[in-house]
Formats: sequence, structure tokens, C-alpha cells
Amino acid sequence: MKAIVTVIGKDKIGIISKISTKLAKHGVNILDISQTILQGYFTMMMFVDLEVMDISFAKLARELELLGSELGVSILIQQEDVFKSMHRI
Amino acid sequence: MINPFEILETVQMIEKQKLDIRTITMGISLLDCCHSDMDIACQKIYDKITYYAEDLVRVGEEISLEYGIPIINKRIAVTPISLIAASADETDYVKFAQTLDRAANTVGVNFIGGFSALVHKGYTKGDINLIESIPEALDITEKVCSSVNVATTKSGINMDAVKQMGEVIRETAQLTADRDGLGCAKLVVFANAPEDNPFMAGAFHGVGEPECAINVGISGPGTVKTALESVKGESFDVVSETIKKTAFKITRMGQLVANEAAKRLDVPFGIVDLSLAPTPDVGDSVARILEEMGIESCGAPGTTAALALLNDAVKKGGIMASSHVGGLSGAFIPVSEDEGMIEAVNKGSLNLQKLEAMTCVCSVGLDMIAIPGNTSAQTISAIIADEAAIGVINNKTTAVRIIPAPGKKAGDKVEFGGLLGRAPVMDVSKFASDEFVSRGGRIPAPVHSFKN
Repeated sequence: MKAIVTVIGKDKIGIISKISTKLAKHGVNILDISQTILQGYFTMMMFVDLEVMDISFAKLARELELLGSELGVSILIQQEDVFKSMHRI
Repeated sequence: MINPFEILETVQMIEKQKLDIRTITMGISLLDCCHSDMDIACQKIYDKITYYAEDLVRVGEEISLEYGIPIINKRIAVTPISLIAASADETDYVKFAQTLDRAANTVGVNFIGGFSALVHKGYTKGDINLIESIPEALDITEKVCSSVNVATTKSGINMDAVKQMGEVIRETAQLTADRDGLGCAKLVVFANAPEDNPFMAGAFHGVGEPECAINVGISGPGTVKTALESVKGESFDVVSETIKKTAFKITRMGQLVANEAAKRLDVPFGIVDLSLAPTPDVGDSVARILEEMGIESCGAPGTTAALALLNDAVKKGGIMASSHVGGLSGAFIPVSEDEGMIEAVNKGSLNLQKLEAMTCVCSVGLDMIAIPGNTSAQTISAIIADEAAIGVINNKTTAVRIIPAPGKKAGDKVEFGGLLGRAPVMDVSKFASDEFVSRGGRIPAPVHSFKN
């Protein structure tokens, strides 16, 4: 199963490092990563592989949400299908 | 891979523009639950619903979490109860409604629809009993929704049923007077009722439907409005194209959720309903889309044309995005459930007459409209007759969900809470239609040629 992690918020030091550490801890592999500043907001998208993940999707989503509030950014994880079905015919 | 702008667009549609899936509705056939002993029939109904829908809420929540898209309601629609209850020896069908309510509470759904009767051409014994049970059923149950189909294009309008439904609506309002007539918010009178509608209060599982099916209703007025903000001042060609593209994206989301729910529940996918369903929240209003097109306040001249364009463009965009489209599939204009409509009524730009005109070009009739509590049953029946005529002649679904708010007069407010929202009480004509309504009989089916 593949998913997309979206991080939106105010830029600060260590966002990528903390999120990737969390993902690595649970066996989530980062396949691609892109970041940009849009309308003054730090916006990062990670394309990740959940094949060998050691926790449930629900728990991972919850942990990322908590990490997001610690960092003062919003972190979402959504299955890749939602983007594919919306933007690709 | 999907590009970052597309990802952000989707995230913002959900986070900022309130895009959601309004409902996953499981249709369940109860045709095998008939029995002459009402208690046995009710037990069969309870067992069947709780067996089929056991995992509905859990699966809905899982999909919502994994795809990151809110799914607001999980609902059940069943075979019109008049067909099932007709086999029972008893004539009071309130117990069937209580059974539906109990089953809905057990599986945790928000609403259950199908306390219904189809009487467009005439009544069976079961239909008579069911309709007489409606006021009490809606008073003592919480989640049960009721609907009665009084007209179709092929059979005309059953004016006896129209007359009776005016009385039933009044009685339901009186019984639920302590809740501003809330019972009437769970009762719809239809012309050309669809058999696969996932939206309440009019959902039921038609006799042409399979044993069980998953139907999904989408939402997303906020997304359409935001898209239109980027084409301010452009021609209607551009407006229409923009709505089509947005509707396509919204519907694809609905199709994905529908497929996934059907797969996980091992139930066939039925349809996606393309209706743009508003909520009372700011930023989730159909009226604001019409205003974005250049109407100062919803109801001003131009509103009907704007709504016609919106409704048509949503269908054009949505139809390609879904393998099966059905249900009501049109923009909803429920007054109490749409923040922009409420404000338009309060400002005086929108009245009952204009709403009636608007229902000629969209689903789904006069919806969630509070009228003075002293409105006569005959006037309510005449309003139903007008709306049914629009549906019958134009070969489309129309409905009336109207609340004669007990003790309230025009300009007062009623508060239903949640998705049902709050409604300003609207004025109705002071002129009587009593003699018209009391004629009874049937208005014949219209000719289907010579259309002008």
C-alpha cells in the first residue's frame, strides 16, 4: 500500500528530520519527497510505501497528527488512490 | 507520481472547502421479512438489518481515516415498509418503525429510511395503515425517516393521497410541537421518487433493487464556489466548464469511496448520487454558488437560470466520473440546511414562490421549509400538488418536506440542530385552496409528446 504524507505549516528547523525519523521507526519507506513554500507556508509532500509498516494505518495517522501538533504544522497521511482517482482518468 | 499542486488541491478541498462524502447508504431488501404475525415480521426485519449492516459504520470510519476524507453519515434504506407490513394482521404499523429505530441504534447509523408507501396510483391496505401510522411513528422514533410517493409521470397525481398528506404533515407537526415540529423534517412527499436515493429523509430501497446495495451521496458546494471565485467576470462558457471539472473531481472521490465500501462490505455497488448537498455551515452553501455567479442575493432575478446552469454542469461533470449515477442527482436547495438560503430568506430576497420556480430546474423540490403553524392542511396539500405537477410534467423528481412550525408565524425561527439546521418561518399565500384539494381523485398522467 502506498500513501502520501502532506505537511503544511510554518517553516522551522528539523521538520523533515523529525517526520522521517518517525516514519523510519515504523518501517515506512520514503519513495519520493518534494517541498516548496506556497503562500508563505512550508508545504512538503512525501510519497511513502507502507508495505512493511509495523503498526496499523490508524495508529500511524494518529502518531503523525500528534507529531504535527508538537511541530506546529499539520501532517496528513492519505492513501495514494484518493489523489490518483481525483486527478487521473 | 501525482504532482504537488494536485496533492495540495485535494488537501485544500477537504480541509478548507469542506469537501466530504455526505453519506454511505446501504440499501437492504426486506421483501423476505413478511409475516402475518407482526412480532415475527419485526424480529425478521431487525435480524436482517443488523446482520447486513453490522460493519457499515466501522467500514465507513476506516475508509474515512485511510483516505483522509470525512464521511458524514452512514445510513440504511429499506424496502417500503407498507409492502412488508401489509402481510401482518395488525393495522397499527408504529411497531415496525420502532423496530427500524432499534436496528439503526444497534448498528450505529445516523438515519434509517423506508417507513414509506408508494401510492401514486392508489392505496393498498398496507399503504393506508402505514400512512395513518406516520405521525406517531415519527414522534416516538428518532432515526426513522418516512416518505410517500403520491405522483409519477406515468400515472399522474393521486389527489386523495395529496389531500391526506397535508393532514398527516399537520398532525406530525402537532405531535412533535415540543421540538418545533421536527417530525416533519423526517417526512417527504414525492413525485417520481427514485428507488436508489441515498439521501434522507426520502431514501428507500426500491423493489427493483438487489438484495443489498451501497449507494453514495457526495457533497461539495464549497469546492464549487471556490473554483468559481477564480473565474470572476468570465463568461458562462467558462463558468460551466469550471463547474464540470470540479464536479468531476468531487464525484471521483465519491466513486472511490463507493467502490471501496462495496468491496470491504462485500455488497454490490449501486450508484453515486451527484447532488451537491449543502450544510448549515458557512462555506458549504449552494446559495453562495449562485451568488458567486453574480446574483446579489439568492432569489433575485437570474437565480433560476444560475441554478439551471449549476445543476446541469454538475451532472455533466459527474456522469463521466462515475460508473453508475442515480438517486436524486441535482443541486439541493433546502432552506434550513443552507446558510446562504437562510440569509436570503431573512433578507427578503428569497420567498416560497421563487423557491417553487427554482425547483423546476433542480432537485429536489420544496425542502426543509418552515411555514406558519396555523397553515391549513388544505394549503399544505395544494403546495404538494403544485410541486408534484412540476415533477410529473417535467419528468423529474420533486418533493415537499415542509414544516408547519407549531405556534410560529412568518418571521419567527425554528431550530432543528445538526445537519437539519435552523429555518426562518416563511410566509404562505393567505388565499384558500380548500375546494380544489377536496375534489380528490386523480390528475391524469400527462401526454408525453407535444412538449412545449
